[in-house]
Amino acid sequence: MTAIKAESRRPADETLGEALRSHGISRRGFLKFCATTASLMALPPAMIPVVASALEKARRPSVIWLSFQECTGCTESLTRSHATTIESLIFDHISLDYHHTLQAASGTAAEAAREAAMRDNHGQYLLIVDGSIPLGNPGYSTIAGVSNLDMLRETAEGAAGIIAIGTCAAYGGLPHAAPNPTGAVSVSEIITDKPIVNVPGCPPIPVVITGVLTHFLTFGTLPELDSIGRPMAFYGQNIHDRCYRRSFYDRGLFAETFDDEGARKGWCLYKLGCKGPVTYNACATTKWNNGTSFPIESGHPCLGCSEPDFWDMGGFYRTLSMPTGHFSTALGYGVAIGAAAGLASALLGRSERDKARSAHEKVSVDDLDKGGSS
Amino acid sequence: MSGAEFLLWMRGPGISFAALFFIAGVVLRLIEILMLGRTKNLAELRGSGSTAGMRTIATRFLPADANTFRRSLPTIVLGYLFHIGLFVVIFLLTPHIKLFQSVFHIGWPGLPTPVVDFFTVVALVSMLGLLWRRVSNRLLRFLSTGEDYLSWAVTFMPLLTGYLSYHHLLLPYSWMLGIHILSVALLLVIFPFTKLMHSFTLFIARYYNGAIAGEKGVQQ
Ligand code: SF4
Repeated sequence: MTAIKAESRRPADETLGEALRSHGISRRGFLKFCATTASLMALPPAMIPVVASALEKARRPSVIWLSFQECTGCTESLTRSHATTIESLIFDHISLDYHHTLQAASGTAAEAAREAAMRDNHGQYLLIVDGSIPLGNPGYSTIAGVSNLDMLRETAEGAAGIIAIGTCAAYGGLPHAAPNPTGAVSVSEIITDKPIVNVPGCPPIPVVITGVLTHFLTFGTLPELDSIGRPMAFYGQNIHDRCYRRSFYDRGLFAETFDDEGARKGWCLYKLGCKGPVTYNACATTKWNNGTSFPIESGHPCLGCSEPDFWDMGGFYRTLSMPTGHFSTALGYGVAIGAAAGLASALLGRSERDKARSAHEKVSVDDLDKGGSS
Repeated sequence: MSGAEFLLWMRGPGISFAALFFIAGVVLRLIEILMLGRTKNLAELRGSGSTAGMRTIATRFLPADANTFRRSLPTIVLGYLFHIGLFVVIFLLTPHIKLFQSVFHIGWPGLPTPVVDFFTVVALVSMLGLLWRRVSNRLLRFLSTGEDYLSWAVTFMPLLTGYLSYHHLLLPYSWMLGIHILSVALLLVIFPFTKLMHSFTLFIARYYNGAIAGEKGVQQ
């Protein structure tokens, strides 16, 4: 990722096709990439040539990447996942005009680059955000003395669209975890008048990030989203439904600990806290590290990292069906309250019965006789 | 509110509150019943009350006589299918076992999910059959009150939402699972104060009837 350095910038009118060719990417390799991306985006095969020719001709869009309360894991995921591939080259050939981790410039020069990009491409640049925004105190996180909130508002104003990368930018993520000391919120809680695509994950799968970019380059629009703003093409499928351990779940074969027979035999990790059943992401099909594997394949339950509040889902190793919080304590209180109320009610009943008994006047045969004769 | 937040709330405060209400209600009702006491039996005992009581708990699982059996055949058959299905679903599905384990610290093996799924369908269909019989039979309809339909609904919903969430139908899984837990919470809250309480009192009632008859020397 070298696009940042001002002196090494490629001409703005160079198309993506030209740039790829100058990097020695063959036509065959390029088409293969287009086919994979098209299928990932659930496009019919007839769309492959459309994707290819659109990408060929695509000019490098200006991209501003803002990093707020984050750990740089999302950037790491994208840049260090594997050896140079066409995905990373595509990313290389967008005009990444501002990214404070990757850019060579710093201080005033860096901010000047951001301002220049905003001015020159007003209304057209793509804004990528990773990290959440603290609302508690503007001083919790600042860049060049500007609070995250102000910088986001300012930069979002002229953006064509926003991509919230990672669960922090998409839903608040780790900083938002209870008790949320900084008052962290997601991008969509602040910006409401721009198209926003959430690409959650802790971190997100690199090819999902480039897939969204490819969609933007190909169609000039942002992809179709689900109810919480994620691209359907990548987040439409449930991990549990796509998991290769599913047959063990259905047969009732579970690993009970991380080193028992079940774990060695690759049985289902549900009891060890797997959040696959409530998680929507492409891990089970796209996989990580150049398609090597994904967490469940490595023997670890899914953490549900692409879902809102995954840090607060009651503990990573707690079975999904187990109640969280103070369930047993609640039961204890229930017994105590019930016993006290039951005892009180029973004693009240008894005293009423005794009262009725003592108020009961005995009637003798003579009384009845008297009653009859009167 | 997202599906994840809803599910989290239901798994946490939601179900805890419902469970507190349920257990307090059940304990309250049981103490009330058990502390009613019995008037002293002054007659000479003609047999052992406790033996007869225990025996009655068991024998009442069977229909009393051929005539009753024939007349109430649909209720008996559907009722049994429904109760067996419900038992399997509640106690032999692994996610449910893990729930019990988190409270009682004991677990037991579960059944394969397709088997539990089959019993869910059995329970759902028999419940629909029982409801149909209740509304189509004039006598049963006359005897039914709002409480009967309410008890039916709060029992039916957890089965239905459980089935829907297992098959990922209708709504995203987190929402459906949250709604499933919500339906269970409703059942738990309503349980102690309706005839659903029979799951506990049935044994007390059978024992009591059996014991009284036993003490009087009634042949069973
Ligand atoms: S390991 Fe997780 S995702 Fe895979 S089948 Fe088991 S519960 Fe589902």
